[in-house]
Amino acid sequence: MEKGSFWELAKGLFKENPVFCLVLGLCPALAVSTSIDNAIGMGAASTFVLLCSNFIISIIRNKVPTKIRIPIFIVVIASFVTIASLIMQAYLPALNKSLGIYVPLIVVNCIILGRAEAFACKNNVLDSLLDGLGMGIGFTLSLSLISIIREILGTGALKFFGTTLFSIPIEPAMVFILAPGALLVMGLLLGLFAHIRNKKYEVTCCEVKE
Amino acid sequence: MNSLFAIIIGAIFVNNFILTRFLGLCPFIGVSKKTKPALGMGLAVVFVMTLASMVTWLAYTFILIPLGLEYLQIIVFILVIATLVQFVELFLRKTNPILYKALGIYLPLITTNCAVMGVALLNVQENYSFIEASVFGISAGVGFTLALMLMSGIRERLELSDVPKAFDGIPIAFIVAAIMSMAFLAFSGMI
Repeated sequence: MEKGSFWELAKGLFKENPVFCLVLGLCPALAVSTSIDNAIGMGAASTFVLLCSNFIISIIRNKVPTKIRIPIFIVVIASFVTIASLIMQAYLPALNKSLGIYVPLIVVNCIILGRAEAFACKNNVLDSLLDGLGMGIGFTLSLSLISIIREILGTGALKFFGTTLFSIPIEPAMVFILAPGALLVMGLLLGLFAHIRNKKYEVTCCEVKE
Repeated sequence: MNSLFAIIIGAIFVNNFILTRFLGLCPFIGVSKKTKPALGMGLAVVFVMTLASMVTWLAYTFILIPLGLEYLQIIVFILVIATLVQFVELFLRKTNPILYKALGIYLPLITTNCAVMGVALLNVQENYSFIEASVFGISAGVGFTLALMLMSGIRERLELSDVPKAFDGIPIAFIVAAIMSMAFLAFSGMI
């Protein structure tokens, strides 16, 4: 890697941020970003799955026949999602309840299969681990950003695992906690990021590329 | 009968898969630029969703529960859906080339569509019977198609309008979706 290992970690945070630049993993990003607790829980679970699946896939990358690699990747990912889901049910039942079906749905999160296909099956174990970690942290940060905006505007206060960090004296706009708020915040943030980089997006959704 | 009606209205309007549950956003943003591909994608999703809810319901009730393997549902569902999509593709190619031509290219994309997996998981979560699960599958697909068609109609117009440069493309699509979602909120009092 000519740009060094640190690049693999750092690119997921800004340059190739999965949510805002690659526009992947939108479903969980919007559905669970109603509060910062949910966002961090979802981000942590996805990072765990991403890290483990990148690790295993980069180990087995030379043994897997090319033709059936996608089903194999999916089984690897599904196993780790099952582990994450069982751990969450056992130790964090409240979080598990508020995330609902979006925990098992990590299995169809395009970020994870996307990284397996685009990165882990071509690179060595260390780089793949760093890539998974970077992408996972980038995903968690994006989720947190969306949820902080929605929680402040929607409830007028920011709560972090039960403690109120601060509250602002405005009439909360309920709509930001509801579904339209997520789409609106996402649209505005995407516009903002596009403005900052000042270049046109391409539709880089996994489903279109395949 | 009443509960079936409630499921249909609920899945199409009140809890629309795209606009309230955020399932299947990738194809919603990716394939909604033109009306015709949007219709093809929508029909393919209805087809696969209905079959997937039936098959996963059968697999869950008659294989996983008797064996006490409910915790394997994620792996089993994703494999069942992937296999099903492959079979449907092969079957259509042999028996109905016209339908295959219309749906063909969208079928492989559906495997990773979280809406299909979502239907299977929701059927389990809501304890639906076989009939209810199938009806839920169809209506969720119809709701998906409805949102996709509406969106593609709007985006065809957007092509011609003057959008600020930073919002061109995906960002404006999200803003439009937000307004549509707000409109769909009005249905929430119906059931």
